[in-house]
Amino acid sequence: MASLDRVKVLVLGDSGVGKSSLVHLLCQNQVLGNPSWTVGCSVDVRIHDYKEGTPEEKTFYIELWDVGGSVGSASSLKSTRAVFYNSVNGIILVHDLTNKKSSQNLYRWSLEALNRDSSPTGVIVSNGDYDREQFAENPVPLLLIGTKFDQIPESKRSEVLTRTAFLSEDFIAEEINLDCTNPRYLAAGTSNAVKLSRFFDKVIEKRYFTRDPSPMAAFTDRKRFNFKSLHYD
Amino acid sequence: MSFLVDSVIMFTSQVLFFGFGWLFFMRQLFKDYEVRQYVVQVVFSVTFAFSCTMFELIIFEILGALSSSSRYFHWKLNLYVILLVLIFVVPFYIGYFVVSNIRLLQRQRLLFACMVWFTFMYFFWKLGDPFPILSPKHGILSIEQLISRVGVIGVTLMALLSGFGAVNCPYTYMSYFLRNVTDGDILALERRLLQTMDMIVSKKKRIAMTRRQMYQRGEDQNKQTGFWGMIKSVTSTQSGSENLSLIQQEVDALEELSRQLFLETVDLQSTKERIEYSKTFQGKYFNFLGYFFSIYCVWKIFMATINIVFDRVGKTDPVTRGIEITVNYLGIQFDVKFWSQHISFILVGIIIVTSIRGLLITLTKFFYAISSSKSSNVIVLVLAQIMGMYFVSSVLLMRMSMPLEYRSIVTEVLGELQFNFYHRWFDVIFLVSALSSILFLYLAHKQAPEKHMAL
Repeated sequence: MASLDRVKVLVLGDSGVGKSSLVHLLCQNQVLGNPSWTVGCSVDVRIHDYKEGTPEEKTFYIELWDVGGSVGSASSLKSTRAVFYNSVNGIILVHDLTNKKSSQNLYRWSLEALNRDSSPTGVIVSNGDYDREQFAENPVPLLLIGTKFDQIPESKRSEVLTRTAFLSEDFIAEEINLDCTNPRYLAAGTSNAVKLSRFFDKVIEKRYFTRDPSPMAAFTDRKRFNFKSLHYD
Repeated sequence: MSFLVDSVIMFTSQVLFFGFGWLFFMRQLFKDYEVRQYVVQVVFSVTFAFSCTMFELIIFEILGALSSSSRYFHWKLNLYVILLVLIFVVPFYIGYFVVSNIRLLQRQRLLFACMVWFTFMYFFWKLGDPFPILSPKHGILSIEQLISRVGVIGVTLMALLSGFGAVNCPYTYMSYFLRNVTDGDILALERRLLQTMDMIVSKKKRIAMTRRQMYQRGEDQNKQTGFWGMIKSVTSTQSGSENLSLIQQEVDALEELSRQLFLETVDLQSTKERIEYSKTFQGKYFNFLGYFFSIYCVWKIFMATINIVFDRVGKTDPVTRGIEITVNYLGIQFDVKFWSQHISFILVGIIIVTSIRGLLITLTKFFYAISSSKSSNVIVLVLAQIMGMYFVSSVLLMRMSMPLEYRSIVTEVLGELQFNFYHRWFDVIFLVSALSSILFLYLAHKQAPEKHMAL
């Protein structure tokens, strides 16, 4: 039972946006009572049924790695954080809907994580500036989550939602807007739950069920697959 | 007429300082946060502007710019405004923002903020009692009462920062103190960190799987009706949950370990970067400076001890002393008045610029280290308070560095304070701060290689 296959998903974002609350909500289906600063990285596990309801249904472990910190940290912090970015299969970008800076910093977060990814089909960055084409060839699926939705007054809602729509276009990712202290947003059957499930399915598919046509990638994929089967769970 | 011109000049310079404070706030301090409450930014810039105006007035005093009556007027005006800001405005807003953060007291924010302010005023007043800072001829509501207390707090802050800075500066500059860190050490630590994370992950998988099975079994159990079905469901869930709480405890311990390993890795990485930096040309230059600063630091500690032990307060300022020495011992004759003005201008200017720059850098470092998105407003206001008090007391202490003819305006404006007391107090706190910093750094330095060895 413990030898289910696994995928690793990073949860990135500025400090204080609600990553730990979000991860707790996703994995324990409960609201986090006493959120406190994350030092280093905290991991939690969610069990996901891939292709639920079809005959190919299979259960996977999804590891959510919640990495703490800010984009402007010292370089020693950044190089230590980079240890967690190895062999990542998906990234969830979290931003605070009431704080525009946190949304702008997401570009830098995604660059930091994708630069470090050691897979050869990884993103090649020219000078560190944001470039949309990089995200088009990006092999790692992204999901955009906006938190503290309940703290936005009704009048500002449409403006905020337009802004996040632009963001999700830039990242070529789906977006979910919710409040981490209310499980209602991710209840079964809501469109948010469907998007989440679709994202996890995409991550699992990219990892286990797709073979890239280019020979080099296939070679390293095979190498990675062999290594994974040796990995003791 | 000249008064009008002078006032216009003063006002323009104040606006310039205000703009600089505004930019500094936006670009440096709050560059990772969003400014929600503009009040905070305004208060910070106003404090900065009026503090800098005081320094500007000292420079004008030395240069003899503007007419002396308008200088005096602006001194008084500036002093009143700054005291108003430091004692009324900033503490009130600090109380207001602290109260806003606490959910329970949200409704009666203003009331609680006023209560906090009154408590602050009470302690502020009580602060003056143990110190011999006033001569008895002052009334209870005079300006000297307020300045003397602000001066005590500010001088304490200055001495603390100065003592710590004097010791820390050579410690950081000199590469003699850098521990030896190899790439292998860092890789070994990172491997341990990842292994710990893997263990946490596998335990969490067990917890998740057990809970899922319990949930599924629970659903099956619900179909079983009757007395025995209920008892069976109770016992099976109990053993399951006991098992879970045991694993959860192991997970908590492992998470604590992973946090410690992470922090140690960050420490090693930053040491490695410092070692690499010390090999560059800039690094070697700073290393050399570090030796100079350590000698200066030892000398300052020595002088502070002598001042306290022999109860000695210097009567003349360094400029006049220097000129005396050159004239009397080296026999060089030159126009004393002319040179004393220019040299004191340069000296005071250097002191002002370095103290402003040093304080802003220290405040920025503090802010980055301790602020979060919730507390950023409060912390910035506290920093504005510290900055204001620091600058007021540096004006107080700078009086000693100026020749006699320029001291008079400071004495006139600030009133009959016991200036000697402040210098003595500065020496005492400086000594205490420097010695405890040496002790603290020694302990930290000793402890680190032991931690490193234990791996």
